[in-house]
This record gives sequence, structure tokens and C-alpha cells, in this order.
Amino acid sequence: MTIEMSETFDTQTLLERINALESRVNELEAHPAQGIEDRVAMVVFSGELDKAIAAFIIATGAASMGLEVSMFFTFWGLNAVKKQKIFTGKDLLEQGFTAMLPGKLGETGLSQMNFFGAGAQIIRGLMRKHDVSSPEELFGLAQELGVRMVVCDMSRELLGVRDAELVDGLETGGVATFLGDAARAKVTLFI
Amino acid sequence: MANSFDQTLDVKGAKCPMPLVKSRKAIADLTVGQVLKVVATDRGSVADFQGWAKTAKNVELVAQETEQEGGQDLYVHYLKRTS
Repeated sequence: MTIEMSETFDTQTLLERINALESRVNELEAHPAQGIEDRVAMVVFSGELDKAIAAFIIATGAASMGLEVSMFFTFWGLNAVKKQKIFTGKDLLEQGFTAMLPGKLGETGLSQMNFFGAGAQIIRGLMRKHDVSSPEELFGLAQELGVRMVVCDMSRELLGVRDAELVDGLETGGVATFLGDAARAKVTLFI
Repeated sequence: MANSFDQTLDVKGAKCPMPLVKSRKAIADLTVGQVLKVVATDRGSVADFQGWAKTAKNVELVAQETEQEGGQDLYVHYLKRTS
């Protein structure tokens, strides 16, 4: 760093610069949310079992490490946080979607080698054999560890999913809910 | 020199992410400055605990060692609660 010797120290200018700095510091301190947090923000777009397992393992692992975790379930990702199917009070198209889509995590298949559900059962069997926590246990653990879980309301309506079909304890939000957390997160994932 | 510790946590047989999840709970029960000894069979736990200590503000990885027990490898981690 070089010092301009020709520059004379003008007290007034210095004071002004200090004042400007002080107000900038105050401004930043007043909005701590703009800083980066120890947070992981995930979009869970896929509704397949294998991808849900990956998402819940990352979530529980991160929460255990002391990181804040936000999961945003959108589109097919809603399959991972359903608890039942409801047909009453839905129009024909919504009923069709309900019939075609899994009603809970236990009904989801694999993204590869699913073989009409046999693949998912094999993976679940292997997880039991190797003492890996089941997807349902991992989900419960994530909730227990305080993972923030937000359901995209737009895709919920689009797919005709009712609140009563979703697991209890979820928040409702939109893209800004995700971005609000993601913009401050150190880790962002799209699963 | 043997490492000193205040509590032991047995996570033998537990797979990722359970050693981490259980250790986190056990560490929370310690007072600041105490050391938790974690005994795991999960090979991935070696790198996992290093990653955790690197990220966490309240955990220090004091030592890691490998032991043998009945033909299987045990991964032993000593974690100190620092705040």
C-alpha cells in the first residue's frame, strides 16, 4: 500500500468519511439477514424414493453438523411429504393425478431400475440389511432436528394436492420463500 | 498416550448419517470443555467427523484412531465441546 505524501490530512474530509463508514456499518448491522448464514437450502423437485433418501440424508447430516437447513418441496417433490390420498372434493383431472401419483413416501419408486416398484422394495430391503435408517425415519429425524420444510403452494394447487394429504408440520410458501433462505445459504442444492 | 474423555457413545453398526446425528445429541449433553468418545464401525465416519469439526463452531476433533475388535475395524473419535 502506498501513501500519497502530497495529500494533506484534511480533518473535515476524514470526519465525513468516518461518518459515512459508521452509517454503512449501522445499515449492515440492521439487516443481518443479508449476510451469509451457516445454512443449507435445498429444492426437492423430484419425488422418487432414491432422490428423497439423498435429500433427507443431506438434511439430517447438515442439521447434525449445526447447520440450519431449509427444504423446499415443489412439483414431484410433494410426493415425498404426502401422508395419504384424498379423492373427495376433487375434479376429474385432480382425481386422475391423485390416482397416478404416490400417496406417500412409502409408495414412491426409484428413478432408475424401479421395475414397477420391485426396485424400491429391494433398496428398502438393502437399507434394512445394512442398518441404514429407513426413509421414513430419516424424514422424522429431519423434523426432529428442526429442518425447515416448506411446500410450494403453486405446485400443490397445480397437482390438486390438498393440505390434508400432506404430512403435518410443513410450512407453505413460494419461490421467494426459497430464495429468501437460499440467498443467505452457503450451500444450495437442487434435487 | 491414551486420550482422556468424559462420555462414551457407542454407534457401532450405525450407518451414515446416524453416527453424526447421535453424536450431535450426545455433544449437546456435555458441558463446555468435556470430551466425547465416539466408537463407530462406519468407515465414512472418519471423514464425516473431520468435516463436522471443520464446519461446526462448537466442536473440536481432538483425536481419531482405529482399533480392532473381533475382526472388525472400530473408528474412534474424540470430540471436545468448545462452546
